[in-house]
Amino acid sequence: MKKLLVLGGGTAGTMSANRLAHLLKDWKVTVIDRDDNHRYQPGFLFMPFGTYSPDQITRSRRETLNKRVDLVLGEIDRIDGDSNKVFLVNGTEFDYDYLIIATGVSPRADQTDGLAEGISSNDAVHEFYSYEGSQALAEKLKRFEGGKVVINIVEMPIKCPVAPLEFAFLADDFFKSRGIRDKVTMTYATPLGAAFTQPIAAQAFGATLEEKSISVEPDFMLMEVDNDANEIISFDERRIPFDLLVSIPVNMGQDFLSASGLGNELNLVPVDKFTQLSNKYSNVFALGDANNIPASKAGSVAHFEVDIFIDNFIEHIAGKEMTHRFDGHANCFIETGGGKAMLIDFNYNVEPLPGRYPYPIVGPMSLLKKTRMNHMGKMAFRWVYWNILMPGRQMPVPAHMSLSGKHTEMLDDTKLAKAAL
Amino acid sequence: MPTTVIEGHNISVDDEGFLTEYDQWDPVIASALAVAIGVDLTDEHWKVINFLREDFKVNGATPTLRRVSTAGGIDTKSLFALFPKKPAKKMSYIAGLPKPAGCV
Repeated sequence: MKKLLVLGGGTAGTMSANRLAHLLKDWKVTVIDRDDNHRYQPGFLFMPFGTYSPDQITRSRRETLNKRVDLVLGEIDRIDGDSNKVFLVNGTEFDYDYLIIATGVSPRADQTDGLAEGISSNDAVHEFYSYEGSQALAEKLKRFEGGKVVINIVEMPIKCPVAPLEFAFLADDFFKSRGIRDKVTMTYATPLGAAFTQPIAAQAFGATLEEKSISVEPDFMLMEVDNDANEIISFDERRIPFDLLVSIPVNMGQDFLSASGLGNELNLVPVDKFTQLSNKYSNVFALGDANNIPASKAGSVAHFEVDIFIDNFIEHIAGKEMTHRFDGHANCFIETGGGKAMLIDFNYNVEPLPGRYPYPIVGPMSLLKKTRMNHMGKMAFRWVYWNILMPGRQMPVPAHMSLSGKHTEMLDDTKLAKAAL
Repeated sequence: MPTTVIEGHNISVDDEGFLTEYDQWDPVIASALAVAIGVDLTDEHWKVINFLREDFKVNGATPTLRRVSTAGGIDTKSLFALFPKKPAKKMSYIAGLPKPAGCV
């Protein structure tokens, strides 16, 4: 009996374990995770504003996994890729024929001077990229009476790169609804040169920030948080004072990956960007946020990636060449406040463009435009996540990005040629 | 793809002026690129540029500031001093490499 071991029972790990357990009936599929709480991570964005309660974004991993999948709870110590073994901190060892690393990334405030200390002991410093952090921020926002709010991304890449923007838009809304928006100034300090990484979308998001009087401090690389002065200081020595700092800490993969010789400087696993096969071992794949592919770290990427991966994996274990190529496809709803949202759809080669999705003209979603329909799509997604994606059912949208419905005339010749690849 | 003439050579560049062909780069071109963005190259700068060139050759991607700091041993604070304001962009520009793609 062949053994498939999956490290991490989050988005990518759960989807792939469930789908492979279904396809490979004579295999033993085991998932290892440190706890039994599967969080719907997109919900962390809404927790600070009281939109979701903790139980709406949490399920038991056991109940989310297929009955044929074994779930082991324990802290992973290391992988020995040469002998095909995984060791837990408690000494238990597991051997595998194939290994999927899907241990994601976590916010690491400890990587920045003053940040971890600020989050634990300075009431003015918060984050919402963890379950605990998003709850603490909800409590803080309830009591907040006004002042300087600074949203800062420490370093790219981060999970869900649009979430900090969404947080800014929703916070603007939240302060308005509490009648204190005129007592709040908002600053968005980012290491990027503009509001977002991709030019056409950056323009749309930049305009929305301006409408909401949220000022942007570009090229701001955080050096340290000064918890005495309540200021953030950049490497080029700009200082921004705050009454509330909402930080997006450095996102890193799990330390045991680098300790096992499988991680890069951010503990991300180097893989082939089309198949997610490890550069080092031919029986190890890394899926979702845990790998180093040049795509957004997002649930939608994990979803499209797993769609392609399953077909490749079946070929790979049969000793055949993997014939499917993941294109870096991502699509993300961006809450813009006031019950509306934007939608972006892009891949390795094509930046987000305006247009309609998933079908040309009829949509029903609109790309890069604020609509109620997009907002409804975003809110409906929590149901889709638990009931369609995690059990491994198929979504009625293609895994590869499509150019139809998109305004490709906005691309110049060089970008168009790339888009056609 | 646009081209430009640097030190008498025809060089392929992208729309921001970053070199697109690894092998078209040499130290003379680097010096010209540095002058163009107001950077005065010292030994410390060359240490960074050489690390970038080597690392790109091995990994096929321009290293990020974090990687230059952890794998190359030159900390971020120094990089900001050597390539003021926009070190990631400036160092890769001079080294004839694409901008680091850490930002997606």
